[in-house]
Amino acid sequence: MLNIKISKICLNVAVALILPAAISAQQADQAAAAKPNPHMESHIGDLTGHSEAGADLYYRYCWGCHGARGNGDGENAPWVTPTPRNFVTATFKCRSTPTGTLPLDSDIYDAMTRGFITTNMPSWAALTSQNRADLVAFIKTFSARWVTDKAGDPVTVPPEPALTLDSIKHGKTLFQKLECWKCHGPEGRGDGPSASTLTDSNDQPIKPYNFYTGYRFKCGTTNSDLYKIFMTGLDGTPMPSFADVVKPEEAWDLVHYLRTLQIWHKSPELTLWEGTPEGAAIVKAERVRNTYTGNPIRP
Amino acid sequence: MEQFRSLEVKGAWSRFAAGLGFSVALLALLLLDCRPANALPAFARKYGMPCSSCHEAWPKLSPFGQQFKDNGYQMGNDRDAPIFQNPAYWPVTFRITPMWHRESTDKAQVDGSNGPSGNEAQITTHGFDWSGLDFHTAGTLAHNISFYVLPSADNTGAFHFEAVWARLDNLAGSPWLNIKLGKFELDNLLSEKRILTLSGVGGSYQNYHFQPFVMPGVTEGYTNGIGDNQDGIEWLGHSKDDRTRVSASLLSSNDGNPGLPTSRTYDGFFAASRAFELGSLGLQRVGGFAYIGQASTYFQYTNGGVGVPGTGIGNKGFQRYGLIGMWYLKKFDITTIYFRGHDSAWLGTNTAAVPGATLPTGAQAPSWNGGLFESHYNFNPHWIIINRYELVRMSQQAFTSNPGNLGNLDVLTFGTRYYPFISSRAGFAYHGEYAIIWQKGASPVTFSNLTTSSLLFGFDFDF
Repeated sequence: MLNIKISKICLNVAVALILPAAISAQQADQAAAAKPNPHMESHIGDLTGHSEAGADLYYRYCWGCHGARGNGDGENAPWVTPTPRNFVTATFKCRSTPTGTLPLDSDIYDAMTRGFITTNMPSWAALTSQNRADLVAFIKTFSARWVTDKAGDPVTVPPEPALTLDSIKHGKTLFQKLECWKCHGPEGRGDGPSASTLTDSNDQPIKPYNFYTGYRFKCGTTNSDLYKIFMTGLDGTPMPSFADVVKPEEAWDLVHYLRTLQIWHKSPELTLWEGTPEGAAIVKAERVRNTYTGNPIRP
Repeated sequence: MEQFRSLEVKGAWSRFAAGLGFSVALLALLLLDCRPANALPAFARKYGMPCSSCHEAWPKLSPFGQQFKDNGYQMGNDRDAPIFQNPAYWPVTFRITPMWHRESTDKAQVDGSNGPSGNEAQITTHGFDWSGLDFHTAGTLAHNISFYVLPSADNTGAFHFEAVWARLDNLAGSPWLNIKLGKFELDNLLSEKRILTLSGVGGSYQNYHFQPFVMPGVTEGYTNGIGDNQDGIEWLGHSKDDRTRVSASLLSSNDGNPGLPTSRTYDGFFAASRAFELGSLGLQRVGGFAYIGQASTYFQYTNGGVGVPGTGIGNKGFQRYGLIGMWYLKKFDITTIYFRGHDSAWLGTNTAAVPGATLPTGAQAPSWNGGLFESHYNFNPHWIIINRYELVRMSQQAFTSNPGNLGNLDVLTFGTRYYPFISSRAGFAYHGEYAIIWQKGASPVTFSNLTTSSLLFGFDFDF
């Protein structure tokens, strides 16, 4: 009698387990069928990513923010600032390609590996490189642009010129001339007069980068990464491309100056700048004016 | 109902009373033995990520979740410190499992024709029940300072602290320098705190707790468990992508119990592992661990014949070693562990190492080998099936007169968990499991082979 009861219980539990699993699989298939590009590949170095493999990973890791259909409307999106990327529009912040163009597969791969500071997007470096390549391929299934358009030609990053005091001073002048301060603030604290009015392509408020508290940037940590940010812009945000406005050597000057605004991050630029009476006075005043209530984020 | 009763009251009243008493005691023991597991929707709520990000199937960690844990419960996106959270955010999660379960043992000690406690009988009981309750609070106190406090109750509501620690993360900006102080889980890659099976038999790793028999019917006097949370200090270092991990812990020799230890010694736990990618198969990991310690064999002082806590001396050594491999073949994975255990002959024979004492005739240091094979098939983030086989084989008994296979055991566990929804707010799983253990010479009266099994269905949830 007991065995019969247990058999019935086992049967009921088995049905209860298998039925929802089958429904879940059917829903996943339906979501896949609605995509403009059902099958895509990515190519990053020697890696080839496949969207079919990426789908499983996406529905494990990504859909909570980016949404089941990739349009950034995941269940957490209302509580995420800035809002999650909308893959349907295929607009990406971090690219090595000119503004308005599609990024390289490696740009998305690098962004996924690096994560985005001051956002909810973490680094996914813990995943295997194949996993990340598969995810890039799957992300490309959400927008028809990946079929109709080609990725832009990568922006050339010329060799960094030698660091000089003149370069920093010229960068400081450019910071004024290009009106970077209007958003980023006179001291780079992200508190310029326009800062509170900025919105992204989703009409959501967005804050300009705060050099005072950060040492990493949204799209990397190196001087070359910062150079690329000027020249490509951050599509989908108010940060424009300056490729048509500044010459390469001027962009490097700006890079050198901006590094001096990161006063909690020891850099060659900051050391050189602090060696001058003007620079020492500015940096000291900024450190004294430590109104930041959290811990400065150091490397 | 009548059928149910008829099963329970079969036999004489005295046998029923003894059986019921034993069952209650067994269940209490089993439920006390259910280790609290860690799966924290409080983290998911903080970061707005589904539980499937950090857990292949909660509470089992994914490589991403392991990295998050090793980084001091930080994503590293400059949003980790509490100052970036809504002031109302309070990192608390509770977990409990209402269940139906059936427990059976073929040779329980009962009164009978051979006098009090002189007989053995098969006892099977079943019914509705619930697990203990865990209150997990964990997260960051500030950038690079993390914490974990886990008050845990058994199913009667009696609380104890399962974990209490704070950790200095990424000291000097290096992921290789993390210091944890308090009561914490050892750095086990196959974590008993994240075990996917919950039953009395299947809810713990036998190899993590195995101790040999002194002789038939007599167990060792000291307790030690790699699966138990321990009191101490831990250094852990890892590469930025978490592929390489190393740790060393200095532990009080008290098996995680509160207060000062009953002995005056310390244990050490060491672990190291390296992960590597194997094409599209996934992330493979290999590593090793060692738990080396001492335990006291007698008290320096007694009071009324009872040892005075903190005065245990006559320390003798024990060692546990293991090699682990975690192998992934896309959605299928299997963890393999080889164990080696060794106890001093003094510990193995419960002999007080008082000055001038000698070991009894035939005493020798018990040693044994163990193996574990735990496989999973993860259909998707919603559904996982689990199979585990463990074995322990004695290579040397504590006494030469013991049967060579005394204490050898085999454990087989099958389970499945289905998560009907995956969200960043709460977790829920339909849980089904069957586990059975066979142990040689372990029956309490006749010292014959003992078989114990558990069947469990439940709703495992946390919020």
